[in-house]
Amino acid sequence: MTRANLILLVLITCIAALPLFGGAYTLRLGTIACMYAIMALSWNVVGGFAGYPSFATAAFFGLGAYIGGVLLARGLPLTAAIPIAGIGSFLVAALLGAALLRLRGHYFAIASLSLIEVFRELVNNATDLTGGGMGLNIPLTASAGVMADATFFFYLMWGVLLVTAVMVIAVSMSKLGFGLSCIMQNETAANMVGLNTTLYKSIAFGLSACFVGAAGGVYAAWVHYIDPSDVFDILYSVKPIVMALIGGLGSPLGVTIGAFVYLGLEEVVWRNYIQIHSGVLGVLIVLLLLFLPHGLTSLRGWRLWGRAKNV
Amino acid sequence: MLAAQILINALVLGCLYACIAIGFSLVWGVLNVINLIHGSFIVLGAYLAWSLYQGLHISPWYSLAVAAPLFFAFGYVIQRLILNRVITAPVLVTLTLTFGLDLILNNAMIYYFKADYRKLTLTPPMGSVSIFDVVVPVDRLIATVAALALTFVLYLILRRLRVGRAIVAVRLDRDAAVLMGVNVNSIYAIAFGLGAALAGCAGVLMALIFPISPLTSTAYLGKAFVVCVLGGLGSVSGALAGGILLALIEGVGSAMIGPAHATTLSFVLLIVFLILRPQGLLGRKGFE
Repeated sequence: MTRANLILLVLITCIAALPLFGGAYTLRLGTIACMYAIMALSWNVVGGFAGYPSFATAAFFGLGAYIGGVLLARGLPLTAAIPIAGIGSFLVAALLGAALLRLRGHYFAIASLSLIEVFRELVNNATDLTGGGMGLNIPLTASAGVMADATFFFYLMWGVLLVTAVMVIAVSMSKLGFGLSCIMQNETAANMVGLNTTLYKSIAFGLSACFVGAAGGVYAAWVHYIDPSDVFDILYSVKPIVMALIGGLGSPLGVTIGAFVYLGLEEVVWRNYIQIHSGVLGVLIVLLLLFLPHGLTSLRGWRLWGRAKNV
Repeated sequence: MLAAQILINALVLGCLYACIAIGFSLVWGVLNVINLIHGSFIVLGAYLAWSLYQGLHISPWYSLAVAAPLFFAFGYVIQRLILNRVITAPVLVTLTLTFGLDLILNNAMIYYFKADYRKLTLTPPMGSVSIFDVVVPVDRLIATVAALALTFVLYLILRRLRVGRAIVAVRLDRDAAVLMGVNVNSIYAIAFGLGAALAGCAGVLMALIFPISPLTSTAYLGKAFVVCVLGGLGSVSGALAGGILLALIEGVGSAMIGPAHATTLSFVLLIVFLILRPQGLLGRKGFE
């Protein structure tokens, strides 16, 4: 295991101590931080490792939220609903991936973007099952007070984050990860030397959807109310990309730190400029892309304590 | 008669769709950038027409003449100052950048115009014409003719003018165009400006027909996506064919399975087209 991956695991373990220090607000932030990290890490599998510009994160987040939400509303326990949300998202993504991932570049980007629209419209129109535009109420679990709830959902989201991180590290060390980086560098050549690129890409797409879907399920249970325009928000697709760009594409540690940095910025902007927060976010994205396209890790001094590479 | 009405509606709406999509298609084809600000440009154009009509009682038909140069300049400057810096970057970067720009523009519009839905209502209203049992509102008809005229103007620019030929040349083969002495950066900026101008004019026309709100920008953008993919990138005739096809499918789909599913249908069609025929209806293979 590389040093960066070890640091990532240590970092995530440290986050588990958060309930010792903060109140309900800190825990809420912590839960969102874990959710963002899950999204960024998951996106990194298909966007960072395989180099496919996927804008489908929101589609699978919403899908997972609705699978989880509908099951919970039907009375299934949380322990069943969330794994089903994850596995369901994995299957849907892997199947769709087999078709969509034949597209490259701009065409893939557009197709993955429209996936959000398709899912949103489907959910919107399946009023009997999902409540359509009225949204879906998810019954409260037996609550033991605000703090207990906040702590419970924080650990739930944290657990998903831990599993995601382990998955991403496992992928990066396995033959799958190697195959994905081959695909990123030259897909045609990878195909030529006998790599089953379609299978690899589909698995990567499925894995990138799986934990986002599970996080969606947790989110639905956490906020107790979801509606299509909330969970199928295209921002959920763009945010992970911005996080990955902040932290540096491809590195699991980088994108996780990117997610935390992004959340910090977002929170500061939200608190101070509520009316223009999305505009400020836009300015942030533009400045980031223009002046820091390789992320924070490209800043000089970052690797001061690292071993010198053969420069 | 229902069939005739659906057909006419589709033709009218299709020309408007083509007008929405043509600027987007031009930018995608020439600059190789998926321009997510396009929807907000259209809404901004609609607001321009609305403000001019409310404030100065300038008819939207004259607003077209105001919108075109204004939006051209706006687009030209955005491309020169911002987009041009990342023009060679992969799609992830350019797309995310235009998304950021879209957030800024959209937020600015929400801030200044508020998110309320507004409507440009002509006084007196223009009424409608009916031939046999087919009814078409006159303002919609004129907007359609204007949309066709705009599309034709772009066609003429690309066909007849020197700068238009240069745009087509850059689209076909950037490197060869450079070798022939075309200033690519300037062509990029002009193409982006043209795209913005078309979006602004489309917005003026949309103001006559649809309610105006910053929140509608994604719907316009979605239409532009679908039309572009259906018709094939970068060509004027492709956008026209794609627009009419989309409107037909939406119209027939609405009549058969209900209007709620029309959008779903169009996006499913988009994905199917992307997979089976990514070059579009009129596009040629390998011509991207």
